[in-house]
Amino acid sequence: MNGQVNGSILMRHEVGLHARPSVKLTKLAKSFRSRIDLGLSPDGPWIDAKSIVKVMAAKAPRNTVLHFRAEGEDAGAAVEALVGLVERDFDDGD
Amino acid sequence: MMATDDARPVTVRRGRPAAPGLASGPLRRLDEGDGATSARDAGPPEREAADLRDAMAAAAADLADLTAAAGDDADAEGMLAFQLALLEDEALSEPAFAAIAAGAPADAAFRAALDAQVADYAAAEDAYFRARAADLADLRDRVLRRLAGEAEEAIPGDAILVARDLPPSRFLAVAWAGGGLALGRGSTTSHVAILARARGVPMVVGVDADGLEDGRPALLDGEAGTLVVEPDPAAAAAFAARRAESDGRRAREETFLARPAVTADGERVRVLINIAGPEELAGIDPAHTDGVGLVRTEFLFDGRHHLPDEEEQLAVYRRILDLAGGRPVTVRTLDAGGDKPVPGLTRPGESNPFLGVRGVRLSLRRPEVFTVQLRALARAATAGPLKVMVPMVSVPEEMERCRALLDAAVADLAAAGVPAARPPLGMMVEVPAAALAVAAFPADFYSIGSNDLIQYTMAASRDEPELADLARPTAAVMELIARVAVHGAATGREVSLCGDLAGEREHVADLLAAGLRTLSVTPTAVAAVKAAVAGWSARP
Repeated sequence: MNGQVNGSILMRHEVGLHARPSVKLTKLAKSFRSRIDLGLSPDGPWIDAKSIVKVMAAKAPRNTVLHFRAEGEDAGAAVEALVGLVERDFDDGD
Repeated sequence: MMATDDARPVTVRRGRPAAPGLASGPLRRLDEGDGATSARDAGPPEREAADLRDAMAAAAADLADLTAAAGDDADAEGMLAFQLALLEDEALSEPAFAAIAAGAPADAAFRAALDAQVADYAAAEDAYFRARAADLADLRDRVLRRLAGEAEEAIPGDAILVARDLPPSRFLAVAWAGGGLALGRGSTTSHVAILARARGVPMVVGVDADGLEDGRPALLDGEAGTLVVEPDPAAAAAFAARRAESDGRRAREETFLARPAVTADGERVRVLINIAGPEELAGIDPAHTDGVGLVRTEFLFDGRHHLPDEEEQLAVYRRILDLAGGRPVTVRTLDAGGDKPVPGLTRPGESNPFLGVRGVRLSLRRPEVFTVQLRALARAATAGPLKVMVPMVSVPEEMERCRALLDAAVADLAAAGVPAARPPLGMMVEVPAAALAVAAFPADFYSIGSNDLIQYTMAASRDEPELADLARPTAAVMELIARVAVHGAATGREVSLCGDLAGEREHVADLLAAGLRTLSVTPTAVAAVKAAVAGWSARP
C-alpha cells in the first residue's frame, strides 16, 4: 500500500531536537524506504526527516509537537517507530 | 622561521590554568586550518567534484577512527557521531556541488557552504544550538585540510602544543604521552578543557602565542597557568623535581576522591563543586561530591542576542538537578557586572565596575529580567533540592527585596496553577559590610565568596601580579570568614565557602580552623581538598 500515514508526538527532551536526538531520529528514518517528512505544525512546512542538516536547522525546542508524514510501502511502521523514539525520549539518559 | 643557536632569554607567558599538572617538552605550534585558507584554481567541474568527494570520504574515515579512540567518553562520541552524520547528509554539500558545477573551485565552494551553516548556528537563540557552530567549523576545516592534500599529521603526544584554539576532534587525535596544551583562546569550561582534565593533560588558556618557535624546550604549569620557554638549567631541574612531587601527591590524593571527606578526628566535612553549566558535570562523578555548591548562571546570559526565557532557564536548572542525582544544588542568581559584563544588561563605561552596578544591585534595577530567573528557579525547585543565592549583597534591605520578589514569583505561579516551590534563599558574603553585620541579614544560608571578599577587604585586585602578597587570605580576611561561620553555627544556618580559596589545598586547614565544614570547589580540586581535610584535626 502506498497511502500517506501521519503521526504526531510531544517532544519532552530537555534540550530539544539537539545533536544527539537528531542523529538518532535521522538514522532511524533512513532505515525505512518510505519518504518521511517532519513538521513543527500539522500543516508543515515539511522537511526531510532523513536529513540531519535540515532536522537540526529546524531548531525545535523542548515541548514542541513533532509531526511526521510518511508515504511509501513501510510508511505505517516508519511513523510508529519515529513516534516511539520521541516518546521514549530518544532512549537518552541525558 | 629559522631557529638559531644563540642563547635566548627565558620567556614566561602567563595564562589561566584549565587542567592541572606539569608538562615539559618541545614546543609544537599547530597552525589551524591551513586548508581553511587554501585557494586552489578551479579545474574541470568533474575533477573538482571528484576531489571534494574524496576529501569528504577521507574526513569520514578520520572521524570513524577518532570515534574508536574516544572510547567510553559519551560526550566525545556524541560530538563525533554528529559530525559524521552531517558529512553523510547530502544536504550539507549540495550547495557546494552546485557551486562547483557553476565553475567554482572545490575548496571555495565547500567553505562557502559550511560557512553559511556555521553562521546559522552561531545566530541561534538557544545556547545548545549555538555551541554546534564549533562542530561545523571543525568539520569544515577537516575536509578542507584533506582537500588541500594534507594527511592528518600525527601530533606528538609528548610536546607542548601551542595553538590559537583547538577543536575537540583534534585533541582526541593526539596520543597524549606527557605533553601539554597551551591555547591562545579557549576557555576553562570548553569541551577541550573538560577532555584535558578527564585525561590528565595539563592545559593553560589565554596564552599569548606570538613569536613562539617550534622545537624550543618549554615547561607548562597547569596549576600556575604559565608557559616557560627556554628555561635555564636550574629552572628546568626545579620543575622536574616539582613534577615528580606533584605526580606523587596527586596519585595519593586521588585515593580520597571517591570517599566522603572526614577530618583526622572523624568529623564529616561536605565538599561540593562549583560549575558554570550542566556540561561541567561531565568531568566528575556527582557521587564523589556532596552536591553542587555554586552554579554560575552568567553563561546563560552571555554571548547571545536575547536574554534566556523562563523555559530555557528552567530546562537548564532541571538538567543540573537531574545530573546531580538528588544531591543539593545551589544556584546563584545572575552575577553580571564587575569582571563579567553581559551585553544589553550591564552598564558599559562604568569608571570602576567592581564598585559599580553589579550582582544583586543590577538584578534589583532590572526586575523584569530578575523575575524571569526567579520564576524559572521556583519551578525547577519542584524537581529536586534546589537552593538559590544572591551575589554582592551589601545591606539587609537588598535581601528583603529579593525575598519579596521571590515570594511574589511563587505566589504568581501558584495563582496561575503552575507547579512551583519556594526554594531556600541565601546570600553570598563577599562584601566586608555583609560579613561584619551578618546577623542583620534575612538569609536562609550563607556562602562566602572568597575571591571578592579578599579583594574588597584588602583593596587589592586579584589580577594585579604585583599585589599578590596583598590579595590573599590575610588575618583580616580570616577574621571575617570566622565571624560568618560563628553566626551560622549559632543560628543553625549553613555556611559554605565557594571561592578559589576553598580549592587550594594549603588553605583548607585554616578554613576548617575558622569553623567552616562546607567547602565548594572547582571539580578538579575535589580529591586534593578531601585529602587535606583528612589530614586536619580540630584537636591539635
